[in-house]
Amino acid sequence: MSRRHITATINGDEVDFLAEESSSLLNALRDEVGLTGVKEGCGTGDCGSCSVLLNDCLTCACLVFAPEVEGGTIVTVEGLANGGELHPLQQCFLEGAALQCGICTPGFLIAAKALLDRNPNPTETEIRYALAGNLCRCTGYDKIVRAVQEAASQIREA
Amino acid sequence: MKYASPSSVEEATGVLAGALSAQVFAGATDVVPQIRAGRKQPEILVDLKGIKELLNVSNEATHWRVGAATPTARLTQDSDFSSEFPGLSEAAGLIGSDQIQNRSSLGGNLCNGSPAADSVPAMVVNGVRAVVAGGSGSRTVPVSEIVTGPGKTSLADDEFIVEFEIDHMPAHTGDAYLRLIPRTEMDIAVVGVGVRVTLNNGGQVSAADIVLGAVAPTIVRVPEAEAALVGNQINDEILATVSAAASAACNPIDDKRGTIAYRKQVAGVLAKRAVLLAAERAAERNGDAK
Repeated sequence: MSRRHITATINGDEVDFLAEESSSLLNALRDEVGLTGVKEGCGTGDCGSCSVLLNDCLTCACLVFAPEVEGGTIVTVEGLANGGELHPLQQCFLEGAALQCGICTPGFLIAAKALLDRNPNPTETEIRYALAGNLCRCTGYDKIVRAVQEAASQIREA
Repeated sequence: MKYASPSSVEEATGVLAGALSAQVFAGATDVVPQIRAGRKQPEILVDLKGIKELLNVSNEATHWRVGAATPTARLTQDSDFSSEFPGLSEAAGLIGSDQIQNRSSLGGNLCNGSPAADSVPAMVVNGVRAVVAGGSGSRTVPVSEIVTGPGKTSLADDEFIVEFEIDHMPAHTGDAYLRLIPRTEMDIAVVGVGVRVTLNNGGQVSAADIVLGAVAPTIVRVPEAEAALVGNQINDEILATVSAAASAACNPIDDKRGTIAYRKQVAGVLAKRAVLLAAERAAERNGDAK
């Protein structure tokens, strides 16, 4: 099987990796780059647990073929914290217990970041629509929505 | 499977001509699940997003050009496009989550061949044309002639859609697309209805297009409902005729999303509501609009 050399900027660093041409970005990030914060849920774009920002656009990494990201920019959950300091979204998820098993959490954090980047003061309805592509079987979503509201408020005041 | 990213239409048709089995894709939101389910195993994956015409959106004198691989999010965020074609913009925006919207495209939604594709009835009522490229040259065909059955298209193996041509919305004309799904978001249409209506100065309907999705192997036009509207002021009696004609035009399946009887009933209700919405928009669009 042919493996392709791919270069992309991942969480601010230029990264080279090899991947099979038909490999998903999800598998390449996990198996070749070692970024296991990107989770596989459904593998078909329904659950959002593999959400990443690809060239600033919220995308399911399972639906992207690895060679597509050549020269591109990717942000995963590993890129959210600033050194040892958690992103406000991460801190608010922790403090608000907006997770239980945690598999969906990296995807929710990335989708919530994509929302707050374009809309710093979303309504509850806007948050629920923006997170509609992320499924969680544990929390019932309420604590997630409240954590995003709290993080949005902290970021606005910062 | 190999991966190719041609940078021109000519290069792409060359790749397709040289391949035993190729799968073109834009966002791959349908292609990846089909590969994973074992329904497709192409020799080569042809990424069309490297071709600039397929990502172009331009507002020209007589029509819009929309590249076939343009993410639907870009259309819904384009305020000029969305105010001119609210029905088509809303239909495109119903396709999946934000994650999907950043990848899904009109070309993919059409060529996937799903009878329930939301953008297709909305494109057909607006008379959208597809510019098709292939080994033997380019041709322009109405969107209504692309899909021939579930998962099947009239495109040859070496053909793909480059862009869509969408004539500007005439004056006093409005479009609408309504669908019903079993929950509030993230599902496939049980019934979808696209409508476009033109009103004359007296407020009577002078042109009407009504197209149903998800109720037959392909989209279905409802000429009886269109005929009932044209020449008349919209009233309860006319709307009852529209509903009955829409229900009668359905040839649906029973599945987990809805029974045959339910789909027929809902098609009638949605057709009536979509006509009213399109007419309301038509009344608001004055003659100065493009």
